[in-house]
Amino acid sequence: MSDHQLRVSKIRNGTVIDHVTGGQALNVLAILGIDGSAGESVSVGVNVPSDRLGRKDIVKVEERELSQSEVDVLSLIAPEATINIIREYEVAEKLRVERPDLVTGVLSCPNHNCITNANEPVESKFEVVDDGVRCTYCGTIIRKRIAEHLDAS
Amino acid sequence: MRQDHLISAHQLTREDVEAVLDRASEIAADPAAFRTRRAGEVLALCFFEPSTRTKMSFDTAMKRLGGDTVDMGTVESSSITKGETLADTVRVIEGYADAIVLRHPSEGAAKMAAEFVDVPLVNAGDGAGQHPTQTLLDLFTIRENHGLDDITIGVMGDLKYGRTVHSLAHALTNFDARQHFVSPESLRLPRSVRYDLHEAGAQVREHTDLEEILPELDVLYVTRIQRERFPDENEYRAVAGQYRIDAETLEAASDELTVMHPLPRVDEIAPEVDETAHARYFEQAHNGIPVRMALLDTLL
Repeated sequence: MSDHQLRVSKIRNGTVIDHVTGGQALNVLAILGIDGSAGESVSVGVNVPSDRLGRKDIVKVEERELSQSEVDVLSLIAPEATINIIREYEVAEKLRVERPDLVTGVLSCPNHNCITNANEPVESKFEVVDDGVRCTYCGTIIRKRIAEHLDAS
Repeated sequence: MRQDHLISAHQLTREDVEAVLDRASEIAADPAAFRTRRAGEVLALCFFEPSTRTKMSFDTAMKRLGGDTVDMGTVESSSITKGETLADTVRVIEGYADAIVLRHPSEGAAKMAAEFVDVPLVNAGDGAGQHPTQTLLDLFTIRENHGLDDITIGVMGDLKYGRTVHSLAHALTNFDARQHFVSPESLRLPRSVRYDLHEAGAQVREHTDLEEILPELDVLYVTRIQRERFPDENEYRAVAGQYRIDAETLEAASDELTVMHPLPRVDEIAPEVDETAHARYFEQAHNGIPVRMALLDTLL
């Protein structure tokens, strides 16, 4: 068994998110709302060697299959990611990360005066634009470090 | 107009603008013909921020159409102080009225509120966001004086927080207008507005000094630089003083220049300018009546 396999072992059922930009693994978990509270087993490899990326992160979530919409949200922080759905140790499905038109309830608007930051029954909603995302309520554009605006709640 | 609500100037096409302004012209020419157009209908005025012109002109406009208004009153005297959300407030009020006019201190408030109601909702200002009905009356005033194509307009003052500026700039992209923006560096147009103007292919230039472009302007739209935007009183005074116009400033302008202001002004336009042929800001404010009548008549 190689050193790599020791660090990130195979899973029986679930999702493997591979080729994540180095250092973004914990943000991937955050954007997907995976914090272990549902009891799922999660393995994370950070800055492991990669032929393609030099260094990459890898995330394995057991007993949970990501939906296409969840996968698409990943494009904001890990556009190179590949997603494999695993069933009985085999790759049952490969999902491609595609940029969504709209991201709902994932990011918080950096404009403190935006209505989505008030105590109102409304989810944040961001339109995906050329080089970032834009709040559909107040128009604020986030271009860099999108992961810093992941909704903490 | 394609939508039931008027939230932002982004949704206004050239045809939408022209339809409202044409009807406003008809109303201005013969207001008596519209005296009973909205008889029996009620407009709710929900102002979560102070307002004089916008609120009174909506009130007057609805009454001149034969309709009536109900006023939420001040925030202090309403259920907002008990912690009610805006979403709940508008859901209750839509049961009382045929349309809602909303002013709120948060950006995006009108868009969110419109998602909770079925009656038409009009944004009368959302924080530093948008003020599309001011834009319609601004466009009406510009059209009356110069037409809306092949014009050069300078917008000066607080471009960062000025919602009237944001709405006007976007609406003008529907027309053949060259737009110059004059402000201190710290109050430049926000990135989101510059992005929109760029996307719309607008002819836009930014300046810190009015002098270099004043002679070529058909319209100078002045806005107030708000004291509260500056942490330091001296800095405010220094900046505000540079963006003040008086009769001497206007000596370099074309005789045809129209000076506009959404009001209230503080001291950014000297009172002596009122007496010149350039001053159109009071006429502009008065245009709020036929334009808002036309808008209500279109939406209701």
